[in-house]
Amino acid sequence: MKKRNLVFLVGGVVFLLFPLVIHSDYYQHLVIIALMWAVVGSSWNLLAGYTGLVSFGHAIFFGTGAYTAGLFITKVGVSAWWGMMFGGMVSVLIGLIVGLICLRLRGPYFALATLAGGEIFRLAAINWESLTEGMVGILIIQTFQSKVPYYYIALAMTILCVYVIHLLMKAKWGYYFVSIREDQDAAESLGINTTLYKNVSLLTSAFFTGMAGAFYMNYMGFIDPEVVYSLHHISIMAILVGIVGGVATILGPAVGAFVMVGVQEAFRSALFGVGPKWISQAHALVFGLLVIFVIMFLANGIVGDWPKIKRTVLRIKEST
Amino acid sequence: MALLEVKNLTKSFGGLRAVDNVSFHVEEDEIFGLIGPNGSGKTTIFNCINNYFPVTAGDIVFKGKTIKGLKTYKICRLGIGRTFQVVKPLSRMTVLGNVTASAFCRARTMEEAQGEAYRVLEFCGLVHEKDKLAKSLPLGGRKRLEIARALATKPELLLLDETAAGLNPTELDAAIELMRKIRDKGITILIVEHIMKVIMTISNRVHAINFGQTIAEGTPQKVASNPVVIEAYLGDGYAQG
Repeated sequence: MKKRNLVFLVGGVVFLLFPLVIHSDYYQHLVIIALMWAVVGSSWNLLAGYTGLVSFGHAIFFGTGAYTAGLFITKVGVSAWWGMMFGGMVSVLIGLIVGLICLRLRGPYFALATLAGGEIFRLAAINWESLTEGMVGILIIQTFQSKVPYYYIALAMTILCVYVIHLLMKAKWGYYFVSIREDQDAAESLGINTTLYKNVSLLTSAFFTGMAGAFYMNYMGFIDPEVVYSLHHISIMAILVGIVGGVATILGPAVGAFVMVGVQEAFRSALFGVGPKWISQAHALVFGLLVIFVIMFLANGIVGDWPKIKRTVLRIKEST
Repeated sequence: MALLEVKNLTKSFGGLRAVDNVSFHVEEDEIFGLIGPNGSGKTTIFNCINNYFPVTAGDIVFKGKTIKGLKTYKICRLGIGRTFQVVKPLSRMTVLGNVTASAFCRARTMEEAQGEAYRVLEFCGLVHEKDKLAKSLPLGGRKRLEIARALATKPELLLLDETAAGLNPTELDAAIELMRKIRDKGITILIVEHIMKVIMTISNRVHAINFGQTIAEGTPQKVASNPVVIEAYLGDGYAQG
């Protein structure tokens, strides 16, 4: 069997059996959160890494998905799980409006506009108390006591998202997205309806990010504007996951998600309780250093520059 | 009916009139040259034809229907392909990938698109580079890639913008040969050039402009010996012949 397929098979088995083998709530939680970030990161990567539209506002879609799920309970009185389906769809509708405004902008202007968009949504959620309960937030009773069902839902969502993006990139859309990234004007002159395809990329990205947000509502049980519409904790984290894992690769964001969640937790818990207390204050600093390191030495991320990593490790082994 | 008619085309950028009331038509199967010194407005005319810039005044008619104001990608689908003066390769895609992306303009499936891309690369002599990244090609290769990409959209009219600029004599002869092959396939060519050798060798008719205005039109020989044209290129000292 090809080496790559073997890796997938082993990985698949590991993920399928994980919660049945590791019973600790703490580690199950970390992996669930990592899977959620794999979805958000992959969605961001579709828009930014493959289509070249670097979004600094993915919190717009995450928060909208989360609130859609929450509102099913507070306004409609049905289960928040409806949010898993509708959170994505509402995010798409929001994405259409965001697209109308932002897709006519390029490069850094697009980035700034999406950043502003995220902040607008955060402030709207804080102030529109009749809709969102403002800073009080939305609190729901979780459906499951154990984390295991949430794990499998997160796993299914991740596999769906990554697989759909993989299918898109393998086909005509993949060529079109990358053409738009490389040279939008040339792409337009080659008969590519760049407006349409930029929207397809944006709306697909919005859909899965919204779904992840809805999952977050259901899993964590509590959301408020500062959490789900956060620039630092959602939008920037999505970018870091994509960059560290590898932009413009299919599995990069998934790898990046696990790395970033791991690093974040390692520092928050002062190296899992082993290190000195002050380390827990350092996690923002470490994120910055990590990004600098990646940009300087592993510009294509862990997955993108994997050959380079292997070579360096071999060279180190040989010299010792 | 002419394949392409440019009628009283005017393009202003604020107060600057880059193209001033230019009219010409291109017949099917000919190679029509548009010449003029640097900055005379030639590329601007191209940019107006495929609506890369909106037209200020005048009309552009392709196969009897006006295309003024249509979106650029629609103009491509109608049958007008173009290359850019400053080449725009899709750098981080392979050569084959570049042409496959444009082949999807007409192809329905991946196999069709890749097959068509391969055929076009063979036609343009780029097949042996097909797996190289576009950014690794030298200028001559990039210019040929630019043409190959435009050909994959199966155009009836091909706009070539200064394809010969920056090429050495060998590359130049190869480029001229490729243009002949394209014309022999039944594709009409509208070519912007300021290298005389190319224009004189392959054009059927030539239209000369300077400062955005028409100064001459006719066969290459007639236009090249026109004193106003000579003055535009070489200054009045040479205009007396």
